[in-house]
Amino acid sequence: MSNTAISVTDLSKKYGEQVAVSHATFEVPLGTICGFVGPNGSGKTTTMRMLLGLITPTGGTGEILGESIKHPEKYLPRVGAMIEGPAFYPALSGKENLNVLASLGGFSTDRVQGLLEQVGLGDRGKSKFKTYSLGMKQRLGIAAALLPDPKLLMLDEPTNGLDPEGIQEVRALLRSLANNGTSVFVSSHLLSELELISDYLVMLRKGEVVFTGKMTDLMLAQQPIIIAKTLNESDLVVLQGIAEKAGHHASIRDGALHVQGPANWAIELNRAAFDAGITLSQLTPQLPNLEETFFEMTGDK
Amino acid sequence: MWNVAFAEIRKLRRPTLFFGTMGAAVFFSALFSSLLFLLIDSPQGNSDRGRVVGREVLSLSTGVVQGFSSVGGFLGIIALCVFAAQTAQEYTYGTLRNLLVRQPSRMRILLGKFIAMNFFALAMIALSAIVSISASIILAPGAKVSTDLWFNSDGRHAIFTTFINVTISVIGFGIIGMVLGLLLRSPISAISFGVLWLLIIENLLIAVKSSWQSWLPGTQLYAVAAGGTAVGPVSDGIEYSHALIVGGIYVGVGAVIASFLFLRRDVAN
Repeated sequence: MSNTAISVTDLSKKYGEQVAVSHATFEVPLGTICGFVGPNGSGKTTTMRMLLGLITPTGGTGEILGESIKHPEKYLPRVGAMIEGPAFYPALSGKENLNVLASLGGFSTDRVQGLLEQVGLGDRGKSKFKTYSLGMKQRLGIAAALLPDPKLLMLDEPTNGLDPEGIQEVRALLRSLANNGTSVFVSSHLLSELELISDYLVMLRKGEVVFTGKMTDLMLAQQPIIIAKTLNESDLVVLQGIAEKAGHHASIRDGALHVQGPANWAIELNRAAFDAGITLSQLTPQLPNLEETFFEMTGDK
Repeated sequence: MWNVAFAEIRKLRRPTLFFGTMGAAVFFSALFSSLLFLLIDSPQGNSDRGRVVGREVLSLSTGVVQGFSSVGGFLGIIALCVFAAQTAQEYTYGTLRNLLVRQPSRMRILLGKFIAMNFFALAMIALSAIVSISASIILAPGAKVSTDLWFNSDGRHAIFTTFINVTISVIGFGIIGMVLGLLLRSPISAISFGVLWLLIIENLLIAVKSSWQSWLPGTQLYAVAAGGTAVGPVSDGIEYSHALIVGGIYVGVGAVIASFLFLRRDVAN
């Protein structure tokens, strides 16, 4: 039996001349939470749709839970999914919406109330979907995805519209599902969100995979950075010149200078700034976060 | 397929849709049948387009279903609206992707929905038949119409054949509604186009050239409901077998094209 939940090779999708996904190749190990990262329009949702058999790839191959994506009927009974936001019938209650999907998939409707309680909608199950807030709709979408007691859960931007408490709950839910052996493939354009929960990462940019592997490998491979702020913001350019002259890559973002280099080079930078008559208001060595790593790898921003 | 049908029935039984549709069927059935008897002596006529259906015709064994067969076309329009809305809403709400994740076989989705909507249509037709025949029985004595022949073997046969004809017609209209829903992917567009075509455009075309009435889809389905007689609004002179074949071709070709597109098309919303 395959030990990958998802495996795709050269997966591509073109709409006319427009390339939505180009030769995507990656694997997601079983039992992990895999973050699917990329800015809006990078091809995340299109890739997920291809994996769920909703759209036909124009090239490449793929396997989900050991079955070819050409035969979604073989693996979808073991897959839960929420793609591009929760979509339900507005005139039906949350519970009745889940009953419809349970009937459709041949699952017992006895599970429905338990799932509503699991996502915090136990007392609102009888309310019509159209009366739900965005966060409640999102929770119902997650409950629907959990209906088949999935081996693989695919969620597209599941924390959209949730308040901080809700985001924490979803994070805990996904972790507990992964601990019980469910593989989770979760997309988001909020990189900081995925950094907190992902074991594994697939990074997409303009339809192309720019990184795939363990989150820890990615972060360890990144050079630490030194963040420096100056009393006068105009001095940042001078400071950038000093760092680059010393052979370090430096960029100005959000009113601060980000310098790639070992933590102890901060001492040199401090000394050089003093010699140039620049007063530093902050000097912090730190490991880059996922967002900074993403921008570093893709050359964006 | 049956799972899809059961899931669809859950949607169809929601009170506003179910009682609204059945209410409309009851209203039109009672209205059409009542007017036949209440306006029997009116010089403006007592049937569609001012046609006079006299006591002699109503006293025949087919008199018991005169009102029911007249309302068949309207039941068809109701079915077209329901089938179109139930099909197209999956696109507008984005729920089609949920359906396809839980049931990847698109043909089963289509057939399951069709089966469920046929049950719904059958309930509507049966209710309409009961209301229409009951209204006829209640109002016949007051209109001095003899009911002696209504429930002999010919009368019972007329009830049965009219029920079958109305059912065929209503399902035909329903399939057209599904086809429009699949092609236009919007309930408002599908219903607007369907109703405008059936109630206005076909009548205008027939007014321009009367021989076209033998070749237009809605007119054929009206004629099927009316058993090919001159009962329907625009179905004078159309043979039942001709209406069945031509209407069947329209419905069949439309269903094949729409099914092919549904099976092949990417679900991108």
